[in-house]
Amino acid sequence: MSPATVVETRDLTRRFGDIRAVDAFTLSIAPGEVVGLVGRNGAGKTTVIKMLTTLLAPTSGSATVGGFDIVRQAASVRRVIGYVPQALSADGELTGFENLLVFGKLYDIPLAERKRRIREALSGMELEDAGNRLVKTYSGGMIRRLEIAQSTMHRPQVLFLDEPTVGLDPVARLALWDQVDRLRSTFSTAILLTTHYLEEAERICDRVAIMSHGRIVVVGSPANLIAGLGIEATFEDVFERYTSEDPEGTGAYDETSTTRRAAQRLG
Amino acid sequence: MRLRQLDAQPSGLDRPRASAAAAVLRSLTAFVSKTLAIADMEVRKLRHDPTELATRAIQPALWLLIFGQVMSRAHAIDTAGTPYLDFLTPGILAQSVLFIAIFNGISIIWERDLGIVHKFLASPTPRAALVMGKALGGGVRALVQAVVVMALGLAMGVTVRYDAAAIGGLIVFVVLGAAVFSSFSLIIACLVKTRERFMGVGQLLTMPLFFASNAIYPTAMMPHALQVISRLNPLTYQVDALRIILLPQFSARQQFGLPMDFMVLSGALVVLVAISARLYPHIAQ
Repeated sequence: MSPATVVETRDLTRRFGDIRAVDAFTLSIAPGEVVGLVGRNGAGKTTVIKMLTTLLAPTSGSATVGGFDIVRQAASVRRVIGYVPQALSADGELTGFENLLVFGKLYDIPLAERKRRIREALSGMELEDAGNRLVKTYSGGMIRRLEIAQSTMHRPQVLFLDEPTVGLDPVARLALWDQVDRLRSTFSTAILLTTHYLEEAERICDRVAIMSHGRIVVVGSPANLIAGLGIEATFEDVFERYTSEDPEGTGAYDETSTTRRAAQRLG
Repeated sequence: MRLRQLDAQPSGLDRPRASAAAAVLRSLTAFVSKTLAIADMEVRKLRHDPTELATRAIQPALWLLIFGQVMSRAHAIDTAGTPYLDFLTPGILAQSVLFIAIFNGISIIWERDLGIVHKFLASPTPRAALVMGKALGGGVRALVQAVVVMALGLAMGVTVRYDAAAIGGLIVFVVLGAAVFSSFSLIIACLVKTRERFMGVGQLLTMPLFFASNAIYPTAMMPHALQVISRLNPLTYQVDALRIILLPQFSARQQFGLPMDFMVLSGALVVLVAISARLYPHIAQ
């Protein structure tokens, strides 16, 4: 790994039976960079995230995160990443404080510092007044902010956000991006996120990788991608240009149900 | 799991043995502290919503009040002079622990459908600690059951030991037994992956485990084949231990003895935790 990259993948591939969910995925991410994966349902975005967060082993190819190999040094990778899954991942049966406490312990934040970090994390996400309430009483935006607080308390080098704004209203979305942007500028955390909202990808990502059939079809800054199509083009035109041959997503029932359920619980 | 932890350490070639020992010690400490973190979380959840425990108390009450009373009058079961209700109480205690623990695994199916499991698996937590923490949480849940069953027994005039040693022993064997069946339950959850199938399998297993044990009758009364099965059933060892601890007059007729009971149960726990730690990551895929 050159010091200028914090994520580096080479021909990362994952097959499920005959289907190549992710096919020769090659990408590097610099510290503090925000990279968005966009693509239609079933394009392989979540599978990429699952491999980089060590939840799923690649079929072939390799990747390093924070300089550690995702297969051979999985335990070390887990120390330097934060992960917010697409589905709801804060525990509704616990308070906001307790949700942070358990992850503070799991990430080995020393006892002397734990309470202070939790307070900081709560106030950083504007949840200080809600810390002692059960999370099942939170609004969708509050839950997402708590989840981000949980996965950044240990100051990860890379933060993985899988569809972080699904089911959030526009105000909550904007607030969330403000918070994420602050994290990035304070700790130069690199962020790899997936999203369906193109205007969002265009606004917050330094670079966007458009995926189709498990492959990256094009990658670049939103401005460059738009410029490549001509003056009048929008980012939506870019998306359509590169993904239009996609068939209607196959086998998307699971993904759709997860997304809907998350949206419902958050909404 | 511990091997995977080792890759976090720099590979010192100069003093491999010392650094290997230090690494083992470090991963052992990590295992214990993270197990406790998970167990603490489970106990906090229980504190926030204890209603589940109240409804769970009904079944053991029925067994003691109805089955126990009727069978005591029938004198159909040879308990060597011990009143049948006294004989039955440790059995029903173990049974209620089994019934609460065997459904413990459903929580990870729930957490998987949400996404909580994914976040835990992406954190630097040994898989065995995730499983063991859940199992211990199940143990604490079961302790609350134990209080209920013992209170009921007392109210019905059962004579059991209540000194500190007996209570200490009771806590050990209730938690141990619950941890065994909780981790067994986690294995089932990892294999079946849906709530519907899990409930089916859970229902299917509880009654055979219960009847193929010494919980409500001595194994001596069983046909030979069933006796063999009962010896493979961890519940038998838990009941044996609880009877020895709670019924002083029964100690002479113990089947296996406390050291054997303890070894069998902790051995089963280690094996079951190892298996479920292997299966656990698959639930997130």
